[in-house]
Amino acid sequence: MSESPNRPGPTAKQWAVLLALMIVSSAILIAIFLVIDWFPVAGSNVSDEIDTFWDVLLIVSIPIFVIVTGVLLFSVWRWRQRPGEEELDGPPIHGNAKLEVIWTAIPTVIIAALCAYAAVLLLDIEAAPAKGTRVVNVTGVQFAWSFETNEGDRKIKANRLVVPVDEPVQFKVRSRDVIHDFWVPAWRLKVDAVPGITTSYSLTPTKTGTFDIVCAELCGLGHAYMRQTVTVLPKAKYAAWVAGQGKPAAPAGGGESAGLSAKELFVAGNPSVGATACGTCHVLNAAGTKGATGPNLNEMIPKSDSKAAIREMIVNPNAEITKGYAQGIMPANYGQVLSAKEIDELVNYIYDDVQGKG
Amino acid sequence: MAAKLRQPGWYRAAWMVVLGIGITFGLSIGLRAAFGLDPVYDPTAILTIGLLMVPFFFLGGIGCFDYWLRWARGKQVTDDHSDHGATSWKDYFKVNTDHKVIGIQYICVSFFFMFVGGLMAMLIRAELAAPGRQFVDPNTYNGVFSVHATLLIFLFVIPVFAGIANYVIPLMIGAPDMAFPRLNALSFWLLPVAGVMMLLSFFAPGGSFASGWTAYAPLSTSAPTGQLFFTIAVQFAGASSIATALNFLVTIITMRAPGMTFFRLPLLVWANFATSLLVVIATPFIAASQFMVLLDRALGFNFFDVAKGGDILMYQHIFWFYSHPAVYIMMLPGFGIVSEIIANRSRKPIFGYRMMAFSLLAIVLLGFTVWAHHMFVSGMANWIRIPMMITTAIIAIPTGIKIFSWLGTMWRGVLKLDTPMLWSLGFITMFTIGGISGVMLAMVPLDIHVSDTYFIVAHIHYVLFGGSLFTIFAGIYYWFPKMTGHMYNEKLGKLHFWITFVAFNITFAPMHLIGVQGMPRRVADYAQEFATWNIIISVASFALGLSTLIFLYNVIVSWRSGPAAVANPWRALTVEWQVSSPPPIFNFDAIPSIVGGPYEYGVPGAVHAVFKEPQPSAAVPAGVGAVAAQASGSADDSDDEEAS
Repeated sequence: MSESPNRPGPTAKQWAVLLALMIVSSAILIAIFLVIDWFPVAGSNVSDEIDTFWDVLLIVSIPIFVIVTGVLLFSVWRWRQRPGEEELDGPPIHGNAKLEVIWTAIPTVIIAALCAYAAVLLLDIEAAPAKGTRVVNVTGVQFAWSFETNEGDRKIKANRLVVPVDEPVQFKVRSRDVIHDFWVPAWRLKVDAVPGITTSYSLTPTKTGTFDIVCAELCGLGHAYMRQTVTVLPKAKYAAWVAGQGKPAAPAGGGESAGLSAKELFVAGNPSVGATACGTCHVLNAAGTKGATGPNLNEMIPKSDSKAAIREMIVNPNAEITKGYAQGIMPANYGQVLSAKEIDELVNYIYDDVQGKG
Repeated sequence: MAAKLRQPGWYRAAWMVVLGIGITFGLSIGLRAAFGLDPVYDPTAILTIGLLMVPFFFLGGIGCFDYWLRWARGKQVTDDHSDHGATSWKDYFKVNTDHKVIGIQYICVSFFFMFVGGLMAMLIRAELAAPGRQFVDPNTYNGVFSVHATLLIFLFVIPVFAGIANYVIPLMIGAPDMAFPRLNALSFWLLPVAGVMMLLSFFAPGGSFASGWTAYAPLSTSAPTGQLFFTIAVQFAGASSIATALNFLVTIITMRAPGMTFFRLPLLVWANFATSLLVVIATPFIAASQFMVLLDRALGFNFFDVAKGGDILMYQHIFWFYSHPAVYIMMLPGFGIVSEIIANRSRKPIFGYRMMAFSLLAIVLLGFTVWAHHMFVSGMANWIRIPMMITTAIIAIPTGIKIFSWLGTMWRGVLKLDTPMLWSLGFITMFTIGGISGVMLAMVPLDIHVSDTYFIVAHIHYVLFGGSLFTIFAGIYYWFPKMTGHMYNEKLGKLHFWITFVAFNITFAPMHLIGVQGMPRRVADYAQEFATWNIIISVASFALGLSTLIFLYNVIVSWRSGPAAVANPWRALTVEWQVSSPPPIFNFDAIPSIVGGPYEYGVPGAVHAVFKEPQPSAAVPAGVGAVAAQASGSADDSDDEEAS
């Protein structure tokens, strides 16, 4: 094979500049990417380990991208076709066995190292919980979570997740309808809630405060609104919360949400307890909402309907379905997540508007 | 008029569709009455039967089965080639057996669905421009992103690659057509059926299918009627894919010109060979998964009803056993396109040809061993995760070989930075990012946090947009002169690239960040903290959407009135450039024989193909043949060296 006189390889100086540029830009990019605040607050014992793993992945990845882009841009700069070179061909190089072995071997080593790190880390963050670890049963339903745990002999059922800080907890996750996914971004772990099986993960919350619970698996219409919060309390406050949970729940309207006006509830819902806003799907003149997924309440509800009938529609939405709409779309959890007072006010609010008194 | 109604075509298709709908009603109502089912008139039953049956009446009416039915009835079936080739634009709306016509039909129909799917992306970004509700209710939103993904996967990326390959591959291997021209026509006509069905779902009561393109059970088995349109349309799109893939395999194996050994095949042919293997083996699995959903919905089979012994994770295993290989189905043909362009535009032989071919086969093999990496948080058996993490990460090695070999091809070349080359280089950089985020996602501990977040959305768009779509644009510009006989406008092509490249990155790069920060995907509404990034993303996405109009304008105007293209504007060696632009109706007036490798740029006097005149007495000019044989001999030697 003849060497093409027009296309020599890089000079020693060009090699040096190319390498220097790649090292410097890798360093700058790594610095920038490490400064970026990627993760939400680190709230569990595994958060920091996963965040560190991410940093390692960035440090390994950026030089690979820089090498590919660097060689590409250098080639474009050095060997682009210039005027008068329209008929020119490059040197007929068909390959280079040594080079091909190198660029197969180096990625293999990197991949092996990363896999080993990931496997060790996975075994670490999924170490089996010690005997006697507090278990919280998490149940997903369209479109809310409910929680249940045992404290001593008492079973505590709640629509709010409350856990003590610095004590390991195991979540056993189930679903009553479709697949959901129980994810607290601050804790970094998630698992699907699958009908028919129980999935689980364990961790130790390390920060007190209130964090988002997000449903991360498309579960239907209200998936985007299936957002609740978890409250991590210091141990003393947690004990007080447990003590306060003894009272029997009211038969209907047993929720703890309180203090929201009917209009607020209708327009915005109350995500902290898993109550989806009515107005997302329904028109109601008084609230000025324009949702079209469910029926227009001013048209659907006859003036002859009693308040009891409207109440039934809210707490038991699948009992009777308006023609043209499907079963199982409207969340059936309002009776559980709203307080009795809130439901009464909501019923009055809708009733008045339908009667034209709003 | 009566003759028109009898002849294959749109008139016959119209009355046969009406007939099919009538028979559907008759069958459903008649059978329900006969079995004493109440109610006798059941719209869902009618719709199910209709969606399965009416397409066949359409296909029969348009003329896909005429020849086969005549043959089956023992009638004379002399082929006068009246349905081969196009003389006016009207011929593109008929059943045609010419692979060049079918290729263009495929490409145009796919791009139609790309624009529809792209408009849906604009609607998605408009809704997400701010938290809360902007334009559509949550049900419509879920429907729009589901149809967006489904159209762009099943009606754009997969078929447009099949279209480009349909046009180019028979020419490249020196064949007069595909092996089964009528099956080829049927494969094409199944596509508009599937696409129209998906769009019609918006008129279903309860809205279009809204359970994502993944259609996980039991959401899909309990969803409103619109879901049926997905379940059944996928069958038609899948059948189209399988038939085309079989056609490619038989064509590539049996119809190569004399001298075209496997190691003289252009890499586009290798890539489509590998892709077709994936399609033929994997696609039946998605068909099965959707048939199971259909049987659950229509006949109460309870595959996915846990209360009756169903198994929900089984759906995901079957679905991903297709849908992970589908990622390579959507990428390998692009690898082939880019290999053609980079070798040609660098004026150098492809670096490490054999490793490029073997790495494709390695990806095919490994592609079947990684599906459960989509299920790391699904609740499946825990032990599967580490093996699947390792196999997934290993795929980075053959992929890396390809990227480094493209760079090796460019090294010391004569790089012509025109539109196809810019798209190819854009592809290399963007796909590298998508590949890197893919390896990150393979790492189980990180995947647990970022799965089902916008990090996934960013990753798949870097792979399918920055990867697949960039190579599609590269390929369309590269073969545009061959397909249309006209040159495209270079300035507009470059403008299209640069606007797309910049807007693409502003749109999708920030999604990595908001995903890691905790924004889940597939949501019509999101927490206030993500508002700033989302408005930036939405504005950039509109620029990205508008940039495709430059492409549309360029191809339409250039096709109508661009400067005439010569046979070989790129000084390429592969066979398709050795015939006129566009090629003769049966591809070759003289029969090609292959005497060397496809990319022997820079080898003095190298030739890939020589053409024998039809007269048997005419000999190949001695000089050309000798030099070519020598060149190919030396090329083979060097290949052997590198392999040893």
